[in-house]
Amino acid sequence: MISAGVDIGAGSTKAVLYDPERGVLGTAAVKTRVDLEASGREALAEAIRRAGLAPSDVRYVATTGYGRYQLPDRDLQITEVTCHARGARFLFPATRCILDIGAQSSRAVRMDDRGHVMRFKMNDRCAAGAGKFLERVARALDIPLEELPAVALRSKDPQPISSICAVLAESEVINHVSQGKPAEDILMGAHLSIADRVLALLRQVGGDGEVTLTGGLARNPAMVHALELRLGRPLNVSADTPLAGALGATLLGQQRLAKRLAGAPA
Amino acid sequence: MNVYVAGADIGSTTAKVVILDGEGKIAATSLGPTGASIVEAAQRRFKEAIEAAKIDEHEVEFVVGTGYGRFKIPFGHTQITEISCHAKGAHYLFPGTRTIVDIGGQDTKAIGADERGEVTDFCMNDKCAAGTGRFLDNAALAVGLSIDEIGPISLKAAKPLRITNVCTVFVESEIMSHMARGEKIEDVLRGVHNAIAIRSIALMRRVGITPEVTFTGGVSRNVGMVQALEGQLGTKVNVSPLSQYVGAIGAALYALERARGAPPTELVAEASG
Repeated sequence: MISAGVDIGAGSTKAVLYDPERGVLGTAAVKTRVDLEASGREALAEAIRRAGLAPSDVRYVATTGYGRYQLPDRDLQITEVTCHARGARFLFPATRCILDIGAQSSRAVRMDDRGHVMRFKMNDRCAAGAGKFLERVARALDIPLEELPAVALRSKDPQPISSICAVLAESEVINHVSQGKPAEDILMGAHLSIADRVLALLRQVGGDGEVTLTGGLARNPAMVHALELRLGRPLNVSADTPLAGALGATLLGQQRLAKRLAGAPA
Repeated sequence: MNVYVAGADIGSTTAKVVILDGEGKIAATSLGPTGASIVEAAQRRFKEAIEAAKIDEHEVEFVVGTGYGRFKIPFGHTQITEISCHAKGAHYLFPGTRTIVDIGGQDTKAIGADERGEVTDFCMNDKCAAGTGRFLDNAALAVGLSIDEIGPISLKAAKPLRITNVCTVFVESEIMSHMARGEKIEDVLRGVHNAIAIRSIALMRRVGITPEVTFTGGVSRNVGMVQALEGQLGTKVNVSPLSQYVGAIGAALYALERARGAPPTELVAEASG
């Protein structure tokens, strides 16, 4: 029985298809548009296409993320925290903490040794410590988003950015530029600023044990570098960790589906 | 020889100099961008003000500097914080002022003042662009209008929308989705102005809102903002065409007190960073 997890985030929408016997069958990530429902459908259709399946093969759809209520065909919606925890444990079974850095929000989640969420802290009120902060800095530096990690990783002398606010940081960036500071140093400074913000969240939940990085910024090697530098130890990160939310949703969907098929109340 | 004094308010974006005569009347004003050199900006504005007042530099007996660049003003005799100068200047323009809300490009201040224009309390937001002029700049950019256009357009709103986000960055996306849904631009913009008004009022509540309320800073030149603030406060606010000079006027008034022999007040001590 194939289930789908659709994670409609503020920056990108991810879909993962899973079958208990065959594992992950297909994944997709698309840019989230203003129409959240269409974004969810698009990601799901793309994952189905890549898996070589037909839409009718998918028996259960679980949604998560900021737009999780917007997909009317869903069977279930689940919070981001629960999904990321499940997805991260699937990818890295010894995970005790998650850092989820998305376009508009960041979270630190603490789990017990069996993977149950004990506590979490999040910032979804402001762009500080989230991907939008980097977008602003990139805009001020006139560097295309896809080039950010490569440029930042060239930094030899990162420049501190003291403004927490993404908008006020722009002025600071322009100041650095006018003082002749290299773009890579300013950019790494911005990555370190985000790292400091999210690691503060991590400390609040108690950050010992294996930490898995999820969310869109897990795709950014400069972000991984900045976090590992500040944390002082390596993070769990792979090509699949940005999909952890959608993966967790499909896995949790499987559990519901199994119960439903067994005739137990869902 | 006549007595003149000057106040120089060197802010992060604009530099202002005001010259007062011995009677406390404004003899001249000068305003221009601060640019990269605070020293040059201060000198240029001072020179321009002196020329406008048709006086000689030596006739200016005392100069008080204020604002972010106050310690770098080469001709200043002393420095006083912008909070104190703002209160004094607002009191000069509107003697009934008890509460001042100053919305600038990058920060917002609420100041409580007594009947002599002395600061009783103050509160400021300089950590985040929400509720500052930058918030308006971003909103204007998001809808593709200039900063001078959005205020007047917002006045046409029939059904103001409520902006739910606080963060300037998120509000940009919120504006986009309102526009994508076909909402009227004036209703969106009025919502944006109301959002700043609500943020400013929250700051003002922390010092206590006592009438009269005087609205200063660059954003006070925006008619949409004046109306939004009055609407949310439920009372009229004082706005002066000289509102950008409030800090410099206050500094000049302190200079006048010193020129008349008043001892240095505690206000010279730093009240804020």
